[in-house]
Amino acid sequence: MRWLVVSAAVLLLWPTMALAESAGAHPGEYSPAAWSPYLVGALIGLLSMTTFYFSNKPLGASTAYARLAGLIGKVLAPRHTESLKYYRDNKPKIDWEVMLVLGAIVGAFLAAWQGGELTGVWLPAKWEARFGAESLPLRLTAALIGGTLMAFGARLAGGCTSGHGISGALQLSVGSWIALLCFFVGGVGTALLMFRI
Amino acid sequence: MFDPPAKLALGLFTGVLFGILLQKGRAAKFHVILGQFLLRDWTVVKIMGTAVAVGAIGVYLLAGLGLASLHIKPFLIGGVILGGALFGCGMAILGYCPGTSVAACGEGSRDAMVGVVGMLAGALAYVALYPGLQPIMESLGDWGEITLPDLFAGTSPWFWIAILVGAGTLLLLINTVKASGPRPANSGIHKEPADVNDSRNSADGRNRRAFVPDR
Repeated sequence: MRWLVVSAAVLLLWPTMALAESAGAHPGEYSPAAWSPYLVGALIGLLSMTTFYFSNKPLGASTAYARLAGLIGKVLAPRHTESLKYYRDNKPKIDWEVMLVLGAIVGAFLAAWQGGELTGVWLPAKWEARFGAESLPLRLTAALIGGTLMAFGARLAGGCTSGHGISGALQLSVGSWIALLCFFVGGVGTALLMFRI
Repeated sequence: MFDPPAKLALGLFTGVLFGILLQKGRAAKFHVILGQFLLRDWTVVKIMGTAVAVGAIGVYLLAGLGLASLHIKPFLIGGVILGGALFGCGMAILGYCPGTSVAACGEGSRDAMVGVVGMLAGALAYVALYPGLQPIMESLGDWGEITLPDLFAGTSPWFWIAILVGAGTLLLLINTVKASGPRPANSGIHKEPADVNDSRNSADGRNRRAFVPDR
């Protein structure tokens, strides 16, 4: 049975790789270490497919943050954390989702190291071009507030770019497609306010 | 406290692959995510579109063979719309999403590490407000675990997948024709009006320049 899944995965991979080669990389548009977005997309699609089979789960990142926050809460204020209704419904523990997020840090590190793309940058170039070289306090405040809003929104919506945007959308879930639309509308509106006005 | 070790290892392995892909696809970069929201850089849509098309075929194939079951999230209308808009807004401010921000941490972006602290705070804020919020969200309408084939009763999932793949292929073809057609002529024109662009709209010029250096 496992071999059937693997061979189906390879069969799906082949045409997308061909597509990626013919239409993906325009020389100069990507850094030499980067892969074509079509190839990466196809591989992420296959990864979610195999995750359904091997882990019986949809690929998603945002649940882990609530779990991790609960684990920190358990150390700092164990009684209070255990009394919270959310954590009675969803036990804080080190689980598959938490390991996924930890693994993503390792994977991105390895990939960046392999491609010579490791950075220690505090201020992204695009931010600096817009808000100036002295805008580090503003950047860090924005990162904190943005992160807070995003994680709160993800819990409220029930998923994030991976949970709704990829895993939900590929299962043809109506809620996930609506969520994806709302992500995009909120993001485009905010980005235009930040970078165009 | 812990899931069984085999499950943890599987999660870790999946995460490592996911992290490699996000980094190699340049999705863990601030200017790529903001470029998408400013409709200038379509990398994120290309990655997500291909992932959804390939994944949809794969998952419905597995489900059809009885090798996997679907995991649809319930569609709480208020939560999805409100939470989705908040999420998009926060994602544009931070410049990374929950998956790509940890990938950006692995790449070494310091601002993403601060963003992760913010995300833990946001998750905690939701946990604190959960008892009050959940009933309100449930009262605003719950469509349950509904898929497109459920909503349009009688349609096969393969009909929707065909539409997805068809639309994706069409966009890809249009993109390829556009890219291969006037591209050489364009690159010649591009050099001269660079300062015209700058004088016409300085914010625009700045953004455009910030786009070019990838590394």
